Amino acid sequence: MKIGIAGSLESSDCLVRAEASDKLEIQIESTVFEFFGNQIRKVILSTLEELGIKAIKIHVNDKGALDYTIRSRLLAAARRMEAS
Amino acid sequence: MKNSLGRFVPEGFKPFLGSKEYLKHPRTTEKVIFSGNEGNKLLNSISEVFDRLQITDSMTLSFHHHLRNGDLVLNLVCEEIRKRGLKNMTIAASSLFPNQRVLIDCIENGNVTNIYASYFNGGAAKAVSEGKLRGMLYMDTHGGRSRAIESGDIKIDVAFIALPASTREGNGNGYFGPSACGSLGYAIADMLYAKKKVVVTDHLVDSVQKPVIKAQHIDYVVVVNKIGDSGGIESGTTRITRDPVGLKIAEKTAVLLDELGLLEDGFSMQTGAGGTTLAVTRFIKNIMLKKNIKARFASGGITRYHAEMLAEGLIEKIYDVQCFDLAAVKSISENPNHIEISASQYANPYEDAVVNKLDFVVLGATEIDLNFNVNVTTASTGLIMGGSGGHSDTAAGAKVTVIVTPLMKSRLPIIRPEITTVTTPGEDVDVLVTERGIAINPRRVDLLEKLQGSKLKLVPIEELFRLALSYTGVPEEKKRSGRVIGVVRYRDQTIIDTLYQM
Repeated sequence: MKIGIAGSLESSDCLVRAEASDKLEIQIESTVFEFFGNQIRKVILSTLEELGIKAIKIHVNDKGALDYTIRSRLLAAARRMEAS
Repeated sequence: MKNSLGRFVPEGFKPFLGSKEYLKHPRTTEKVIFSGNEGNKLLNSISEVFDRLQITDSMTLSFHHHLRNGDLVLNLVCEEIRKRGLKNMTIAASSLFPNQRVLIDCIENGNVTNIYASYFNGGAAKAVSEGKLRGMLYMDTHGGRSRAIESGDIKIDVAFIALPASTREGNGNGYFGPSACGSLGYAIADMLYAKKKVVVTDHLVDSVQKPVIKAQHIDYVVVVNKIGDSGGIESGTTRITRDPVGLKIAEKTAVLLDELGLLEDGFSMQTGAGGTTLAVTRFIKNIMLKKNIKARFASGGITRYHAEMLAEGLIEKIYDVQCFDLAAVKSISENPNHIEISASQYANPYEDAVVNKLDFVVLGATEIDLNFNVNVTTASTGLIMGGSGGHSDTAAGAKVTVIVTPLMKSRLPIIRPEITTVTTPGEDVDVLVTERGIAINPRRVDLLEKLQGSKLKLVPIEELFRLALSYTGVPEEKKRSGRVIGVVRYRDQTIIDTLYQM
């Protein structure tokens, strides 16, 4: 099973887990979900599109990370998954 | 009805009109109540107190919070309420903390249906936020609470006074014993005006040198195993922050205070116990040493850092309404210049109070709006997690009120077009210091003039607001339930805001 993990559960960071899958699945847990849930999903989708990934399982545990943090954690997790 | 800040006021309550409005109304005080009990006051259990004082449904019981998150007295009393199945009780506490979990049960079962507090955090606060309290939550300020008690607005049937060292007659103070907590300032109004007063102690002594709690007011003395956990007394954010953002804010704040001419020989200050405000204290100390000046006094909640400056001769006097750590407890028990004051002497709007003599106060914020109104009562979700404490009192009294906060906390921007709850009115808030710049309330033309030519980055609050949103994005609007669960009362009992179910 190909898995990549990046990030942390520190405040203002997020922990992203990427797992190879034959369909697109995105799970988001966030301390600020009711204020930024849609925005977090948007960042994940646009980052995956940039990478040309159409099928993957992503789990994000967010502790109030800014968009660029989410994006870089996701990029790292996806690359680690590929390398695993 | 709406108040002067445009916030909804439920029917039957007086709207907030301005922070000086109370001056139009005279002070009213009830009679001080003395104990008639000249006999043996010692009782063996809380249960015996309930029998002796015939504590029944719908009574109001009061508590002070000097044992903070280590308090066991409210728990003992609430367990007794639950065991007896009493209904519709009112808890009038100076503050409520997370360790008081038995209160959650009492709320859910309708044993407790109304609560007064000046600060409220933990599981019971969550239960109330979720709408489980059948009556109302009244959030007061520290000064407002003492005013409410002396005026008879809060009528206390029985005050339970946790007392770390007590004689058999109920003379005592907070300086000694296994649960020593220092100042007992918030218990004084309860001791004077509650119909019946019960001391709860775990340390009986033969005599007390300087009793703060006085036997003439005390009806009974109960000895229990333990009134507090000293580890919990020293709880919360009473250490200097190591966060570089917090340190930068603190350093800029100290420089700002100096440029405003507030750090001159004989100044007075209150800097609280938050990680960042404590760092401000440290930076102020450095400037004081460099300029070779002394402070006339520091007030409020007191920490080891204030006690240290007193011992070093940098502060002449400390006026202490609450000790935040055990070093402060030790200081108040040993140093004659570390002076205990009551909540009324500290912040009662009708007293010649200490807060009115402050040159400046440094405070925190959970949210602040573009008119400088501040929320420290609820999280942005509506969860009750704090309260004014002395926030509104010191803001009203001090010549300059400074709010220190990062632009965002875990992505949530702190500056908002509309804040979830108003705790302190913007008319009393003068400066906002963030890591990206300092905003001066445009009402304070005098401060802006003093800062002409300053190298500090002074910007309009609107600019800081836009800057924060450029990082965080715009938070989605949260729909607010229409159900009222409580009110936030300003110092004078008018309603500054309404609390809604989450």
